[in-house]
Order: sequence, then structure tokens, then C-alpha cells
Amino acid sequence: MPDLEELYREIILDHYRSPRNRGELASPPAHRVEGFNPLCGDEVVLTLVVEDGTLADIKVGGTGCSISQSSASLMSAAVKGRPLADVEHLISTFKGMMSIHQASLAEEAEGEEPGTAADHGNGLAPGPETLPGEPEQVDPEELGELAALQGVVKFPVRIKCATLSWNALAQGLDELGVRSA
Amino acid sequence: MSGPLDPGALRQDFPLLTRTVHDRPIVYLDSSATALTPRPVLEAMDHYYETTHSNVHRGVYRTAEEATGLYEGARLGVGRFIGARDPANEVVFTKNTTEALNLLAHSWGRTNLAPGDVVVLTELEHHANIVPWLQLADERHIVLRYLPVDGAGRLDLSHLDQVLDGAKLVSVSAMSNVLGTAPPVAAIAAAAHDAGALIAVDGAQSVPHFPVDVAGLGVDFLAFSAHKMLGPTGIGVLWGRAELLADMPPFLGGGGMILDVRTDRFLPADPPRRFEAGTPPIAEAVGLGAAVDYLSGVGMDRVRAHELALTRYALDALDARFGSSCRVFGPPAGPDRGGVLSLALGDIHAHDLAQVLDQFGVCVRPGHHCAKPLMRKLGVSATARASFGLYNDESDVDVLIEGMVEAGKLFG
Repeated sequence: MPDLEELYREIILDHYRSPRNRGELASPPAHRVEGFNPLCGDEVVLTLVVEDGTLADIKVGGTGCSISQSSASLMSAAVKGRPLADVEHLISTFKGMMSIHQASLAEEAEGEEPGTAADHGNGLAPGPETLPGEPEQVDPEELGELAALQGVVKFPVRIKCATLSWNALAQGLDELGVRSA
Repeated sequence: MSGPLDPGALRQDFPLLTRTVHDRPIVYLDSSATALTPRPVLEAMDHYYETTHSNVHRGVYRTAEEATGLYEGARLGVGRFIGARDPANEVVFTKNTTEALNLLAHSWGRTNLAPGDVVVLTELEHHANIVPWLQLADERHIVLRYLPVDGAGRLDLSHLDQVLDGAKLVSVSAMSNVLGTAPPVAAIAAAAHDAGALIAVDGAQSVPHFPVDVAGLGVDFLAFSAHKMLGPTGIGVLWGRAELLADMPPFLGGGGMILDVRTDRFLPADPPRRFEAGTPPIAEAVGLGAAVDYLSGVGMDRVRAHELALTRYALDALDARFGSSCRVFGPPAGPDRGGVLSLALGDIHAHDLAQVLDQFGVCVRPGHHCAKPLMRKLGVSATARASFGLYNDESDVDVLIEGMVEAGKLFG
């Protein structure tokens, strides 16, 4: 099942089975933010501490599928202790990866045998969120382990699972008034 | 017809079942979400559009008369299918079950309920039979009481009389879309009437899968959707006793639902047209009529017997293969259990299980099934739900299990 192996990379299953930065920081002083996916009932609870322009600490709580939970775990490992500018860049790069492939997916499907395009949700399933100002080119190298989530874009319904924690993080930084954009 | 139905023969009528997904034959196990459509229903709608399509209740030309005849004929057929005494006046076409229940809450509820009045629901309900009443509670300050679900997934009716005390309306699902539980509607209806309450039934899941007779059940309102009973999307039904509908004000306003309009007032038409503002779903009514004919041709007793036998087979097979690592919510297979299996396999999230099953061509629904209060009660955020239609057979269950084994390997 090549499609499944692409979706459920070993690194994703590892973060799902052994999530990093799991738990909840005392709030206050930490900032608490929740994200929900009303379609599937997944939820993520982030607690954040911002100090001196860095995301000093982050914990991840909540429940959900392997994609939402591993994405949150991978995210926490990637952003913890990083300057806020880097965190913002990572958010935008990750969300970019979750949207740019939709276009190439459509092209790819055109070249496939008849009948298979719909299987990939080409235009039939809810697409990824596209926000203005997102980068058009994403270098997966930049994302390190997070690039393992690339396979999700072939499963459009699951993109919201992958972006759940990232949207919650962006919302938390907004609420803290520390986003530059 | 007699004897058990032959799903292999019936499958020939469902074009979608010839499709492949990921190079495998499709295994459609999501009839609780929407049922597949047989060729006679598709042909009836095509034939209508190709030969008759005109607006109803307006023109005097030939095809308009025919279209009106087909639309009203569908109303009679649907009414007879559910045992309505006066189909011409008691069957209201809506958009779906949700709109039918909203019509009830909006029209009957706003006319008959005052602050402090009690409406009784159950913990089994779909959001469609909760949210309209919550909206009314916000606006009219009515009180909602819920009949609880017990550990086996049945309604706990041990305090029924207390819960019904002072109630004006009971609104209850005749079959849970999550657990398959089929509550004893006739007994609840009798108790409701003894307490001076009316009873409305959400039949979205029961009408497609059980023989339903509104007179025999002794209920006052019944809501259901065409697309779950082999018909098209876009049309549903609110059946109500004629004398109750006669006292209800319109829901939506517009053309078709009036006797007269002046610049400062209007006079509504009699039911059912009072509740059918605007051009109705005519082709869809024709399709629903054909669906009802198809189901009647097979026989609802045989549909029910087939789906119960298949549910029994599936529960046994799941238990034999997975034992306690597979949880199936809801009561054991029996007279009060429809063909819905809400599954949890080990710690595998429903989304992940459904994703793996998709690779086997298996269509199941992961999620909360629009029944969040029930899911909270069960203590789960999501289940993977397999649900049966008359076209399913044991081989479908076998492929489901094959996919579940693969999911167990991947996430185990």
C-alpha cells in the first residue's frame, strides 16, 4: 500500500506513539490556546511561554488522530526555544507545504488513468486553506523532520488534521500580540 | 416475494457498486450517511426531466398537469409506505430530516410552547433533533429533559413517567445513527400520550431499514430523508396527523403556500402546501416515490431480516477475529438493533482506521456522527462507523475485517 506508507511515515508513527512535549504548563503564567477540528472531533491544547523574543516553552495536550497528534508533537519539537521570527517563518513554511501541493496534485491527476482523479479528491474534497502572503516555493529541507508530513497533501481531508496545531500556535501568538504580521 | 432477499441480485440495480477504488471493488458501508441509488430511481428522475419537467400547481398545459400528478402521486406513495391514514394531507415535503424537525420546532413549537414548558429528548439524538430545540430554548425559555442511555446503549426508561411529567412534547429517534439502538417507540408514545404530551419521531435511520407504520406506532409526527432510503438528496418528509398540521402556522413564506396575498396581509394555504413555499423538489419527489416502490417491492420485512442477519454475522466475525481489542458500541444484535456498527479497534483513532480501510475500497464514516452528547456519554471523541444497506452481504464484512487487520499491523 504505497499511498499509506507515504502518509504514515515511520517518523509520524513514532511521534504519534511517543509524543514530545506532552502535557500542559500552568496557565497563567503560560498562555493557553485550544484548537478544534469540528469534522472529526480532534482537539489540541497548547500552553506557551514567550520570553525575550523566543518561544521559551511549549506543551501539547488534547486528543486526535495520528496525523494531528504527530504534527503537534513535531511542531513542538521544532519551535521550542526558537526566536519568534523563526517560529513565524516555520508556521508559514509548513502551511505553505500543506497548500502548494494541491496545485501539483491537480496536474498529476490529469496525467493519470481515467477515474483515479476523484480518488485523490481532486477538487471534490475540501481543499487546504490558502492564506494570502504564503510563500509559493517551499524547500522541504528547511522543515527537517516536518517534511515527513508532506504525504498528507495527497489526502486533502486530512490536511486540516495536520494544520490544527499550527493554526492554534498562530492564534496563540496573535493573542499574545507578538506576531509581526 | 418471500424468503430471504438476495443481495447479489439486488446489487445489479446499483450502478455505483460497479466502481473500483484504489483498484479494488468498492465496499460501501456508509448507508447511515447516505444510501446508494438504484437504477429505477435514477431512471424515474431522468424520465421526468426528459418527458414531463414543468412547474407544479401552476400551469394548465399538459406537462404541467402531468408533473403535478407525479408530484402528488409521490406524496400518496410515501404516505402509504409509512401507514399514513390521510396521505394527501399529512405528508409535507421538506429538504431533509433536519428541515422537517426545524419546521416542527419552528411552527408547532413556537405556537404551542411557553416559557417553562418541557420538551423531552434522549441522549441518543442526532444534532438535528437537539439543536432546533436548543434554539427554541434560547428564544422561548422552554426546558429540555433527556432520557438517559444505559451501559448497553439502550434508553433507560426506568424513570420514564417522571421524565414525562408535565411534558408537552417528546421527540425521539427511532434508531440511533451511532449505536443502531431502536428504542421502543410505541411504548414511549403510549406513555407520552398518557402524560398529555405529543410524540415526534426522528425516523431518518428507521424508515429506510424497518417496516414503519405511524398508525400502529401511535405517533404524532415523523421526520425522514429520501437519500437514506435509496432516493435522491434534497427531499425529506414531515408526516403529521392532519388535525395537528391544520393548527400549525407556516414555516417558510413565499409562493405556493398561500391562498391570498395583499400588501398588508396573507392567507396561508391548507396543509401540506402551507409548508411547501417556493418551487418544490419535483424530480426528487418522483425519485422518492420510485425509491418507496423499490423498497416495497423488496419488502421492508425482508430488508430488516437481511440487515439483522448481517449485523449478527458481523458482530460474531469481529469478535472471533479481534476479541476484546475491538469494541462495538451499542446493544447486541436483536429486535432492537439496526445495522450500524460503531467500532473502536484498540487505540487506533477512527480517522486512521477509516484511512486504512479506504485503501481496501471500504467506505466507513469516522467521527462523532453529529451526536456529540452521545459520544461524550460513551467517553469517545470519534468512532469508525460501518452501516449496512440491503445491498450489503457477508463478503463486505470480510473485506472490512481484512482492512482492520492491516490497520492493526500498521498502528499496533
